[in-house]
Amino acid sequence: MKATPAPNAAPPAVLTARALGKRYGDFVAVDAISFEVAPGEILGLLGPNGAGKTTTLNMILGVLEPSEGSILIGGHDLARQRRQALEHTNFAAVYAPLPGNLTVEENLRIFALLYGVRDARRRIQTLLAQFDLVRFRATRCGVLSSGEQTRVALAKAALNSPRLLLLDEPTASLDPSTAEDIRARIQTFAREEGGGVLWTSHNMAEVERVCHRILIMSRGKVLLEGDPRQLPAQHGCATLEELFITVAREPLTLEAR
Amino acid sequence: MRWSPVYAILLRQFFLIRGSPSRVVPLFVWVAIDIVLWGFITRYLNGVTNRGFDFVPSLLGAVLLWDFLTRVMQGVTMAFLEDVWSRNFLNLFSTPMSLTEYLGGLVLSSVATSAIGLTVMFGVALAAFGFSLFAYGALVVAFLAVLFLFGIALGVLGTALVLRLGPSAEWFVWPIPALLSPFAAVFYPVAVLPHWMQWVSRLLPPSYVFEGMRAVAAGRGASLGPLLISALIAVVYILLACWVFGRVFRAAVRTGLIARYSAESVS
Repeated sequence: MKATPAPNAAPPAVLTARALGKRYGDFVAVDAISFEVAPGEILGLLGPNGAGKTTTLNMILGVLEPSEGSILIGGHDLARQRRQALEHTNFAAVYAPLPGNLTVEENLRIFALLYGVRDARRRIQTLLAQFDLVRFRATRCGVLSSGEQTRVALAKAALNSPRLLLLDEPTASLDPSTAEDIRARIQTFAREEGGGVLWTSHNMAEVERVCHRILIMSRGKVLLEGDPRQLPAQHGCATLEELFITVAREPLTLEAR
Repeated sequence: MRWSPVYAILLRQFFLIRGSPSRVVPLFVWVAIDIVLWGFITRYLNGVTNRGFDFVPSLLGAVLLWDFLTRVMQGVTMAFLEDVWSRNFLNLFSTPMSLTEYLGGLVLSSVATSAIGLTVMFGVALAAFGFSLFAYGALVVAFLAVLFLFGIALGVLGTALVLRLGPSAEWFVWPIPALLSPFAAVFYPVAVLPHWMQWVSRLLPPSYVFEGMRAVAAGRGASLGPLLISALIAVVYILLACWVFGRVFRAAVRTGLIARYSAESVS
């Protein structure tokens, strides 16, 4: 499976982060980074542990207040128009499963109400079918396998047909077949619904195949940006994995190349 | 404020209760036990003390009303703790739901669960001991309203405490009604308290309710004035509690606590 081409024209970005930063006292977790996600684009956000990826995602989700900068989602300023901005956003992450003591359908009904989804019943039926969850509709999420829970999280993430989808390692801990299935669904979402996707992953092969563009972060800064299939060669590396390892071990050396 | 997120929180609570006997049972078993226990105590006291004073409306009524206040408070904190226990904050607070809508949902959940508790208490007290809250006349509505408002204030304050100090702080929250009860003069007149305790008592809306309740039980009748004052104090407490919750929540968003909230992440 190859990444589908990114749209040629330049429609308004679904996400615009401008000089976004987060400081905890003297520690700089994210250092004034700027980037955009276009409609239909899958942007990979890469970097070693502690690079600032999850901090960046949390700021975009509105659960962490930036120390500086601004976030525009679908043209809405998150700080000033929180509701309007978050109506167009959704996310899935392995570390944020839906409440395990509710069934799949109950969880989807509740989140449909929280996101103000119209004709929620029909939307839930569609998503249950789309994510192969019909047989689990009355099953409590807590007893599902990792792969099934990920599918539920993705169904929840698609509930409000978001313009911006944030995915934090959506295929982590999944078997290769399920991971492939999840990747295909996300690519379909970006291609057919025109949603922008911000995707973090430590699986370089996956990133190379799925993402149209990547940002590599290190120590809170965006160090590199470009096409994941061309970027390694541009920086003297054979593979994306090699480039990643170089960034993780010697970010300053890489900056100087 | 939009209705759908408020309804979502209420519906979530309904789903949880519907799917779990361990959540259904506490809604009515403990209150029923309380009424039965205190019902027999009042019956015994009526038998061994001077005839002419009926302990039922003053003692059993006090238990019933105090239990109602406790249920209202627990209704709010339990609905909040469900999100703590299921580590649902990241999912929940990344939705377009506002903080007011979330608190509205917690309050509505409490209305539903405390109404069930009140109905059970009312039924058991009437069936087993022939005591009806309507013995207090129309004032019972004012009594319940003041206790409800104060219960909501305590519940919101309790959730703010747990949010600030972490899930283990729930053990600070449960005893709050017990800590307040000596000052609230649930079972005795405010006048028997030491002077300094009377001052604290005047700041607690339930003390006005229980003074009024005893006055009605003694046949003196209660005036609406003190009850209105207590309702006003309770509303001030609700506003204060919401302000505290808002402050704590904003601090949690600033520090990133909301995103990583768990038993291990809060000191």
